[in-house]
Formats: sequence, structure tokens, C-alpha cells
Amino acid sequence: MKPSVIALYVGIILAGIAAPLVIPNYTFQIAVLWMMILFALTWDIMGGQMGYNSLGNIFFFGAGMYISAVVQIAQFAPVGEYTAAFGAYQVEFTEAEYFRGLFFGIIAAGIGAIVCAVILGACVFGLRGPYFAIGTLGLALAAAELVGGWEWVGGGGGISMPVYPGGPDVRSKFFYYIVFVLAISTFGFLRWLYTTRFGLAINAIRDNESKAEAMGIHTKRYKTAAWSIAAFFLGMVGAVFGNMVGFIEPLEVAFPTITFGIFMVAMSLLGGKGTLWGPVLGATLFHVIKELTWTYLLGWQWVALGAIIVVNVVFFQQGILGWAQDRWPEKFGVVVDPERQKAEAGAGGAQEAAR
Amino acid sequence: MLDNLSLLIQAPLLNIQLLLDGLLIGAIFALAAYGLALVWGVMNVKNLAQGDFVIMGGYVGYWFSKNDIHPFFALPVAIVLMFAFGWLCYVTIIRRVIGRDIFTSLLATFGLALVLQQALNLIFGSDVQTAEAGFQTRFFFDGQVTVADTKFIALILAGALAACVVLFMKRSRMGKAIRATAQDARAARVLGVNTDRVYAFTFALNSAICGAAGVLVAMIWVIQPYYGIVHSIRSFIIVVFAGLGNLAGVIFGALFLGSAEQFSAFVFGAEFQVASVVCLLVLVLIYRQIQSARHRQVVE
Repeated sequence: MKPSVIALYVGIILAGIAAPLVIPNYTFQIAVLWMMILFALTWDIMGGQMGYNSLGNIFFFGAGMYISAVVQIAQFAPVGEYTAAFGAYQVEFTEAEYFRGLFFGIIAAGIGAIVCAVILGACVFGLRGPYFAIGTLGLALAAAELVGGWEWVGGGGGISMPVYPGGPDVRSKFFYYIVFVLAISTFGFLRWLYTTRFGLAINAIRDNESKAEAMGIHTKRYKTAAWSIAAFFLGMVGAVFGNMVGFIEPLEVAFPTITFGIFMVAMSLLGGKGTLWGPVLGATLFHVIKELTWTYLLGWQWVALGAIIVVNVVFFQQGILGWAQDRWPEKFGVVVDPERQKAEAGAGGAQEAAR
Repeated sequence: MLDNLSLLIQAPLLNIQLLLDGLLIGAIFALAAYGLALVWGVMNVKNLAQGDFVIMGGYVGYWFSKNDIHPFFALPVAIVLMFAFGWLCYVTIIRRVIGRDIFTSLLATFGLALVLQQALNLIFGSDVQTAEAGFQTRFFFDGQVTVADTKFIALILAGALAACVVLFMKRSRMGKAIRATAQDARAARVLGVNTDRVYAFTFALNSAICGAAGVLVAMIWVIQPYYGIVHSIRSFIIVVFAGLGNLAGVIFGALFLGSAEQFSAFVFGAEFQVASVVCLLVLVLIYRQIQSARHRQVVE
């Protein structure tokens, strides 16, 4: 690794650690920024690297959130009674009990999301191209509706999460650092993963699935594994976000298909899908622009959001990094040798002429 | 749930009521689904904004009835307005996604759907609305089965519209050009068909059909800015179930979907109506997947 790259990584990590201490008022916003980066990175495992464009990855976010909530509540109170009381249920717990519940909740959310990914993967991985996108969109929408009708987990009324035992300042910093660590570890894990055989295999699936299968790649196993990785991190961050917000509800918080669910696609495309840094760049840019301009649009922000997606998809699909790769191929390790290009073109022309 | 089920068995007339409601609403789903199949088949664009076009048409009807004009007059207006709107969408967006990879068109139309639903929400508010047509309600079997006259009229209008569209596709010059382009766009171009115009016309025709369906939906049911996505999903279910270029399949699928929805809403409760529609989508897709897997094995 070049020293400049190491300096960049160290700089980002230091900035991430320092941010809530320097600008404490924006702790929540910056935590959401890290979450957005995680969203874009996990979407890109499937959408960018493997060529399976899912519109329903938000399902795992919500699933993790609800699994964690149930695990956390179940250690003090019967879940049905707790949720039926809509926050009026008084529970006493010590600090140690709260953190233990949170810890097991997050772990259970990650594992539960993997289980969901494996089961659902068996159902939807035969679908290809647009059918996969529509099928996964259907899964996310169905989950929101079904959880909304499920009284045991509070139905449409939602669940108030157990209250953090501590001051609001400490609370926001605590959750900020969890999200930060999750995002950084997702990035590190994927950075390693894309250099392995696994990365090559999923790229082969993207380029031509039938050929990859013919070359002996067990495509179904790789697809399920890739979805499980995305689900694992999404489930955990969902668990943390549920606790960070303090109140969870199916349509707007847990399964927000038309906000977070579509943001993750838009962010990856904006940055450049199929690259490691693209989603990070896209998510940062998207979130910063969104937060800076949102309040000035007076209710038209959602219209603007849809317009951004349309413009992004139609006119600028290669994304920032894709555009940069076209512009300066040498910087990305693509060797452009004019002599060789000419020779190849000449050879191609000769072959054409021979036919 | 079981109580509702046993109620259905004890009171058979209730079945007739649900079935009638379902069939009458299903006829309107068939219109939007036919439009989707048209665009899908001719230009290979999967339009996720289909339902939002329907809702836009619905708001034209609502606007008429709010201003004390009978919503029937909204029908031609909605057709013309939505035709123009569809043409505009084609020129600005859809033209650039034809021939690109399929996810592009899906995501671009999803973005369009977001724009439309949010714009409608800002203009008309998020309340559930209906276009009051002011007809009587008919009673059958001593008042145990009730059907509003509007529903019958909507059914007749939907049938007439569908017949017009089918005739247009079969007889008119443009209809023939559309069918030729669907079969082989390149050959059609060679033979002098202006395919760009054909695509524009097809997309505009689709949104006009959706607009007309929307007015009927507003008359016999309810509209709300965010209901568009469910209408899109309904169209997808029907088209995926029927396959492309299968008019009888579209009609049968739409009628079946309409009544299945009514029955499931009755048995599981109204809050599960949308959920049952979406679950049906997943089921239909899985059914298609099994079918195509079998097809692949046969080919191999």
C-alpha cells in the first residue's frame, strides 16, 4: 500500500472518531452518513459486483431491527404484552442488562438476517434481470405490510424500544460509534473480499452467469453467500438504528422502501457501481447534498429526489468513478499503449478483410 | 380469520357479493395491465410508473367531480391529457432508456413514479379521495347483494375502451406499425416505419389507457397519491401471469386478481389487502421461475 493511501485511511478513521467530539450537534446526522455508506456498500455487493440489481435489500434492515427489538424486549417482558401497551409498559432493568440485551440483539439481528437471506434466496435466485428486481421490491413491500398487520410485534403502531440508561449526549455518542465501527468494518471486509477468489467468482456471475456456471462455479452458492453478507451487515445496522431512533414502526422506519431502499441504489449508481470506493463517494456526496438542500426545497424535496434518480440513471449511469475511469484510465491501472492499440486495430482490420 | 371463512360458507350470497365486486374492479385492472404488456412487448421497457399514471388519471376525475362536473366528462379529458403526458415522458426519459440494459428502464421509471406520487401528494394532499358519480345502488336477493350502478357503467366503459384499443391495433395503420415494430424493430425500420414515432405513440397510448382506467378507478373505488405502486404491482402480476401478447390471459388474470383480492381482504382482514397483492406477485414470479427452469431443462 502506498503511503498516501495509508494516510487517507488513517485520516478518515481519525475524522470519524473526532467528528462527534468536535461537532456534537451533528452526531445523529453523521451517524446516518456512516449508515448510508454501509447501505451503498452492501447494495453494491449484489448490484455492482454480481450484477443482481435488488430493489428490496431494505428488507434485511427492517428484519434486523425487529429481530433485535424482540430479543431485547424478551429478556424483561412478554413481547405481546409489551407491544400492546405502546410504551406504557414499565420495565426495570440495570445498565448491564440493557447492554447485554443490546449486544445479543445486534448479534441475533445479523444472524437472523442471514437466515432470511438464505431462505428468501432459495425463492428468488432463479429470477433473473428485471424479474429479480421486481421480486425483491415485492418482498420488501410485502414485509412492511405483513409486519404492519402483525399484532404481536406492535402492528402498524410500532414498538417503543427500551430506554438507554444514560444521558442523551452519551447515548448519541454511544450509538454513533457503533454505527461507525460497523461501517468501517463493512468497508474493510469488502476490501478484503473483493481481492479473493470470491470476488472474482461474483464478477464472473455478473459478466455471464451461464458461462460462469459452465466453468464450474457453483453460482447458486455464491449468490446466496453474497446476499447473506449484505444481509448480515444490514441486519446489524438495522438493529442499531432502531435503538438509536428509539421507536420502530414498519412503514417509515423499518422497511422504508421508497426512501432508504431506493437511496442505496441511487447512491451506488451516483458514485459508480462495481467499484469499492464508488458507493462510499456516492453515499457521502448524496447525503451531504441532501442534508444541505433539503430544507430549502419546501416540500418538493421528494420530487427532487425522484428527478435526481431519473437524471442519474438516464444521463450519468457510469457514476463518478466510472466517469473518472473513462477519463483517466492510467490512474486506475488500465494500461493504454497507443502502439499496441494501433496494432490490435490493424490486426482486427486484417481479419475483417480476410473474411 | 376462521370465523370469516365459516361466515363465507354459511352465507353463500356473500361469496356472490365479493365475486361481483372483484370482477367489476378486475375489469379495470385489465386495462392498465394491457397497457403495460403493450409497452413491454413493443419497446421492452418495464414501466414501474404504470400505477402512478392510473392515479394521475384518477385525479383528473376527482378534479372534475370536485368542480361539480360529472366524472364521465373527465374520461376524454384524461385520455387526451395523459396521452400528451405520455408523449412528454417518452421524449424526455423513455427514449434514452430503450435498448439500454433492462435495469436502467426499471430504475428510471421507478424514479418517475417517485416524482409523480410526491407531486400528486403536494398538489392534492394525502387524503383518500373518490370521484362522486351520483348513481343509484341496485339490490339483489332481497338487498343481500348490492351493486352500485357506477360499477356496471364502469365495466361497460372499460369493455368499450378495450375493444377500441384492440380494434385500433388490428386495423389502423399505426396499429399495424406498432405490431410490426414489436415483431422486429430493425426490419420495420428497413421497411420505412418511423420506429421512434411508433415508440412515442405506444408509450403515449399506454398512458392514455392508464388515464382512462384511473378515471374509472376514481369513480368506483378510491385514489390516493401513494396507491400507485400497488396498481403497478397489480399490472405486473397480471402480465407476468399471462405472458406477453396474450389478451385472453390478461383479461382472465385481471378478473382473477380482482376477485382474489376481495376474498383475501374479507378473510384475512382489510389491512392485509395490499399484503396479499404483493404476496401474490412473489408467488407468480416463483411460478414463472419454476416454469422457466423446467423449460431450460427441456432445452438442454
